[in-house]
Amino acid sequence: MTPAIELINIDKRFGAVHANNNVSLSIAKSSIHGIIGENGAGKSTLMSILFGFYAADKGEINVDGKPVKIKTSTDAIALGIGMVHQHFMLVDPFTVLENVILGAEGGALIGPALAKARAELKRLADEYELDVDPDAIVGELPVGLQQRVEILKALYKGADVLILDEPTGVLTPDEADHLFRILQQLRDQGKTVVLITHKLREIMAVTDHVSVMRRGEMVATKKTAETSVEELAELMVGRRVLLHVDKGKANPGDVVLDVKNLVWRDRKGTPRVDGVSFQVRKGEIVGIAGVSGNGQSELLDVITGIAKATSGTVMFEGDDITALHDPAILRQRGMAHVPEDRQHRGLITSFSAAESAILGWQNDPKLGRSYHLNRNAVIEQCRKQMEEFDVRPADPLLKSAKFSGGNQQKLILAREIGSNPDLLIVGQPTRGVDIGAIEFIHKRLIQLRDMGKAILLVSVELDEIRSLSDRILVMFSGRVMGELDSSADERECGLLMAGVVKDAA
Amino acid sequence: MSQRGELPTWVDIGLIPLINLAIALFISGLVVVIIGENPFRALWIMLEGALGSVKGWSYMFYYATNFIFTGLCVAVAFHAGLFNIGGDGQAYVAGLGAATPGLLLGGALAAVLPAGISQPITILIALLGSIVMGAAYGWVPGYLQAKRGSHIVITTIMFNFIASSLMVYLINNVFRPVGKMAVESRSIDDAYILNFRELGRLVGVKLPSSPLNPVVLLAFLAAFLVWYLLWRTKLGYEIRAVGANTDAAIYAGIKPQRIIMIAMAISGGLAGLVAFNEIIGVQHRLLLDFVGGAGFVGIAVALMGRSHPLGIVFAALLFGLLYQGGTELSFAIQTISRDMIVVIQGLVILFMGALEDAFRPWLSALFFKVED
Repeated sequence: MTPAIELINIDKRFGAVHANNNVSLSIAKSSIHGIIGENGAGKSTLMSILFGFYAADKGEINVDGKPVKIKTSTDAIALGIGMVHQHFMLVDPFTVLENVILGAEGGALIGPALAKARAELKRLADEYELDVDPDAIVGELPVGLQQRVEILKALYKGADVLILDEPTGVLTPDEADHLFRILQQLRDQGKTVVLITHKLREIMAVTDHVSVMRRGEMVATKKTAETSVEELAELMVGRRVLLHVDKGKANPGDVVLDVKNLVWRDRKGTPRVDGVSFQVRKGEIVGIAGVSGNGQSELLDVITGIAKATSGTVMFEGDDITALHDPAILRQRGMAHVPEDRQHRGLITSFSAAESAILGWQNDPKLGRSYHLNRNAVIEQCRKQMEEFDVRPADPLLKSAKFSGGNQQKLILAREIGSNPDLLIVGQPTRGVDIGAIEFIHKRLIQLRDMGKAILLVSVELDEIRSLSDRILVMFSGRVMGELDSSADERECGLLMAGVVKDAA
Repeated sequence: MSQRGELPTWVDIGLIPLINLAIALFISGLVVVIIGENPFRALWIMLEGALGSVKGWSYMFYYATNFIFTGLCVAVAFHAGLFNIGGDGQAYVAGLGAATPGLLLGGALAAVLPAGISQPITILIALLGSIVMGAAYGWVPGYLQAKRGSHIVITTIMFNFIASSLMVYLINNVFRPVGKMAVESRSIDDAYILNFRELGRLVGVKLPSSPLNPVVLLAFLAAFLVWYLLWRTKLGYEIRAVGANTDAAIYAGIKPQRIIMIAMAISGGLAGLVAFNEIIGVQHRLLLDFVGGAGFVGIAVALMGRSHPLGIVFAALLFGLLYQGGTELSFAIQTISRDMIVVIQGLVILFMGALEDAFRPWLSALFFKVED
């Protein structure tokens, strides 16, 4: 059978970076094909070439056995290729129907297109278990449903090949399972699905074939049934990695952070953090699990002084800091913060690495007396941090944007840990970070704990929370649903994350 | 979607501005052809007028002085993520700070102190006055943006009109001596800066007449200080952090409201130096519309200079050349009126400022094909 998609010897460079090095890939019709690789391995670049976002420097693309030229995404759509992006491309105030016909309005009046889309959506819903209320406002839908709208959009435009870029990053385990059922249904009806991910478990759960990319090269393509998580992980990083964190028992000491009945309301008056209480002690890691958007970000903002609490108290090393509302002072007192969103908060992408590496510490007297900022001191400090945290490339003058996600994260960790804090607050330490860096980051966090520091960890990766934390709090809808110890099983966490309290279940 | 890598720096800061300039000149040339004149002759007259004599050079640097100040004014605000269109108004109001010390204090100080001491003191007060008035007038829109959320572009535009009306009223009703026909203050006799021609005469060197005076050195010093502020101080780091990424700045404990007000005050203070140059260095009196649109040219200068002080100095000199050459051109060719010069300058501003990136995709396509 002719493959649905064939990529032959694709080559792409961005300046000095060889993003795709002579990559070939063949995707069989009516199959689910996974592409895994660390961040910066070239998966997204390859798919962007297929979808017409980038032009390959060299190489050919065959669709259904015929050579094609894909210059824009319009070409790709015309060839029956659809893409669901990691960050949804939806117009929030529009209805589902209006979003679906976006780019296919067909004329000055949208009435006929809407009617046609309504009928088509009904058909798709019946066929693939893809039901969404066509008249719902997209911005009001949960992310799982928004993603479904993205899939519907692609199918409505006649996609036979559906590319999904890290689709489960924003989903609950339940939603992810549902997505996989949809994908399997699509495959059974003859569609071809390409799944880009760095989560090995998903690959094993849902794909028929899997291709592994490493540093811009295609290192292997296997039948999923004939491989294992360990083999894939090894192929991805080129060596055996520790998927589990080795750590000893915690020795909790004095209370460092004491949060009591904390409430934070947004502008509309909705409580986003709703009566949260917990403590973090010296020498322990407290993990906050939960599906993203359940108040974790707001909680971190209030604790770190970025947002002001509506009510309740936050005590840091015995001092009431609730009304302080000043990240700079908290930092000086020994509260370091690795923000959840490194691209938008953790560093300034247009600054050099050295400049990003002093963000928040720019007034440190070590970096220059009074008003002066000593450039050599800044660069020297960054060079040391880069060495200690193995940031690559180790060039303090390189623009922050040019580092891979993992290296950006290491740069931020180096900055925050380097300040020798008493309390480290870490949000999503390994989001979008490759396995090698994850391992490194986890080790550093454990090491810091063993030095007697207090760590508050927020992550949407349940595995990460479970392997790192000494105690686990689960947040749902602004509240702490329960506290578990690190041996709690996944099901138990999952239920709490979905807002189901044990007794009621 | 951006498809290609970044262009090398020399293309970014050298080639692209040159291409834009060339195209602006080409279209200006077409306009000259349409009105029936020889564009090459016109270009030659412009170049000759600015670069062909010491006088031409002097005028070019004189115009550039104001443009450096206003270019820096726009750049500092720009680094804080603010688009300060109010340089004109800030410079205009700063005229109060420049003129008042000389008019009020100059005589009194001269009466009690010897001239060699009273004059520098008055000039220094005028310098501070210019900066403070400009800074205050820039700070207000900054405050309104920071604390009230009024958009800086809207408020600074409105503040230009307010400045204009306010100054007409003040000059006419307060500063104009009784019986004087011209709408201007009496001249400041006790404290002003001699221009280079007058200074030359003191040491026996004959220089052509021009308004160029030592304040031009202050412009270069200001450019250096702005560079130092932005890239070598903690405050500059915070200004750039707020401009580049407000969320990251808040995370870092920087207060954007505070930075916005400080940056606007610095920005306005730099615009205020135009008043110092014009009133203390050139006119020696407060008069109507002495800013002459320098605030707006500053926007083009800052855009063309990529908001970097060194780039701004070069861009300001280019605009100085256009101003001086343009004036000569309207003298030399009668059919090319003063308005035509404005058209040519407008085209340069259009291509250098508004369309600065118009040729980037094309150039980058060319570039990355060549590199394969």
